Amino acid sequence: MTDSSVKIDEQSLTELRDYLFSALAGHLTESGLHKEELFVVCDVLSLIKVLTFLRDDAQCQFKQLTDLCGVDYPDRESRFEIVYHLLSYRYNRRVRVKTSADESTLVPSAVKVFSAADWYERETWDMYGIHFSEHPDLRRLLTDYGFDGHPLRKDFPLTGYVEMRYDEEQKRVVYEPVKLTQEFRRFDFMSPWEGARYILPGDEKAGHTEDTQGDT
Amino acid sequence: MAATEIKNFNFNFGPQHPAAHGVLRLVLEMDGEVCERADPHIGLLHRGTEKLIEHKNYLQALPYFDRLDYVSVMGQEHCFSLAVEKLVGCKVPLRGQYIRVLFHEITRILNHLLQISANALDIGAMTPFLWMFEEREKLMEFYERVSGARLHAAYIRPGGVHQDMPAGMVDDIRMWVESFPPLIDDVETLLTDNRIWKQRNVDIGVVTSDQALDWGFTGVMLRGSGIAWDLRKTQPYDVYEDMDFDIPIGKNGDCYDRYLVRVEEMRQSLRIITQCLDEIPSGAVMVENHKISPPRRAQMKQSMEALIHHFKLYTEGYHVPAGETYTAVEAPKGEFGVYLVADGTNRPYRCKIRAPGFAHLQGLDFMAKGHQLADLVACIASMDIVFGEVDR
Repeated sequence: MTDSSVKIDEQSLTELRDYLFSALAGHLTESGLHKEELFVVCDVLSLIKVLTFLRDDAQCQFKQLTDLCGVDYPDRESRFEIVYHLLSYRYNRRVRVKTSADESTLVPSAVKVFSAADWYERETWDMYGIHFSEHPDLRRLLTDYGFDGHPLRKDFPLTGYVEMRYDEEQKRVVYEPVKLTQEFRRFDFMSPWEGARYILPGDEKAGHTEDTQGDT
Repeated sequence: MAATEIKNFNFNFGPQHPAAHGVLRLVLEMDGEVCERADPHIGLLHRGTEKLIEHKNYLQALPYFDRLDYVSVMGQEHCFSLAVEKLVGCKVPLRGQYIRVLFHEITRILNHLLQISANALDIGAMTPFLWMFEEREKLMEFYERVSGARLHAAYIRPGGVHQDMPAGMVDDIRMWVESFPPLIDDVETLLTDNRIWKQRNVDIGVVTSDQALDWGFTGVMLRGSGIAWDLRKTQPYDVYEDMDFDIPIGKNGDCYDRYLVRVEEMRQSLRIITQCLDEIPSGAVMVENHKISPPRRAQMKQSMEALIHHFKLYTEGYHVPAGETYTAVEAPKGEFGVYLVADGTNRPYRCKIRAPGFAHLQGLDFMAKGHQLADLVACIASMDIVFGEVDR
């Protein structure tokens, strides 16, 4: 994209942002532009209202749900963020709608607003364990039949818990706990002068294990 | 005679079936020969790409994109590279942009060649498959010459493309471009006006424009239904803005229109390729910032700093400033998007992949309703499903 097109785009997006904030007053908790992309944040209870408005309003016309996904932030109070990406063919704009939920929140399903939400919500349920209420058919989508757990959560290990193989004696596929010949290694690339807030071997001898930052 | 109750018949289609284009398991409810409900069970090729990417640095994450839709490889690399570049805030040199567009279009032709020929094969025409695979082989040779790999190229990378094209490449591609249109004509002679081809495709799997929007259809599935929308025109990236090409659209939204759109898209791609070849400037193909792109090998023999940069880039990788973006490109199958959340470290915090085939496949239920089983196969073929991207 050239610089000129970005500027025009940004201006119209700012106008749209102001319009949305006034038209949906009380429903949006935050709105703004990030990297020339418009986003709005709303409460779970207002979600359907916001999505319907964005789809039907004459100045929005976001007729298509491009994407729907979850993001896991375990440190937050409500750990999941659910992100909707909408696209307006009429005005050539995108908007990102975000809402947050935790394991027990019932997120209203967007299937009635956008049919496309069906599988996306099933996937989000499968991957994060986010419940969608009034979804017509909330089954797992991508994982195996009878899978346990929600693999994209940050506390789910990369290797998973079970592995499967074909058992010659039983003549069927059997599941077993994952056996690793070597511990899965995750390297930490933080510079020891800046980041590392962990205890290095031998630190206990120094007597101050509280903070290794900036130490010599 | 006593009245007998007729029950609908449920059965499995796939997961091992040549017309399922991979590992699609369809649970079908059939009323005689007519499909009442189709419930696709996907995930048999699920490899946890998004989870794996969260554990890799940005450069290591790139080759996973080759393995999504493995027939339109470079389109996906392009998308991820654009997303990372947007977060890092770097601008690719012009030659790099031209090479990207050139190979994106080669990828589009590669994809459409496979789609058209496999579609014909599913319906019973063998010859296009044989002819077009020969052309695919030639195109994959171009892949091989720039990247060393025929399929999983990992050629387009954040910051540009990995290496410049070898000498003589431009002339060879030009020779191929000149030799290719007669082949499209040949295939069209076999298919376009063929009575059987029309019987099997016209009015099959009709998608109205409203349905296409509601179900999140993109790419040919959308244009076949009469909506003139192409991200290369409407939200251009790299040098697509300067390219002169047309967007073909269909009128009826059936399988036949989508076939025609694909054929025309190949011809338009040839136009873009020709323009790229004519206008390609000389210069760098990757940003010169060695915090992102590796130094040249010759430099590493001389300069200590280059050696350090090389070591840091291939162990730690670069840190991407915190932020998030949704970046989409017009991949051959439709809108391929990446929602990338960076937290300031050298690994993506979240990378959601928006695959066009995923949205298309969930529309199979309404498309197949009331069609016969054999037409269901035509619908699946016309959606251009590849399971690498649907299951991720």
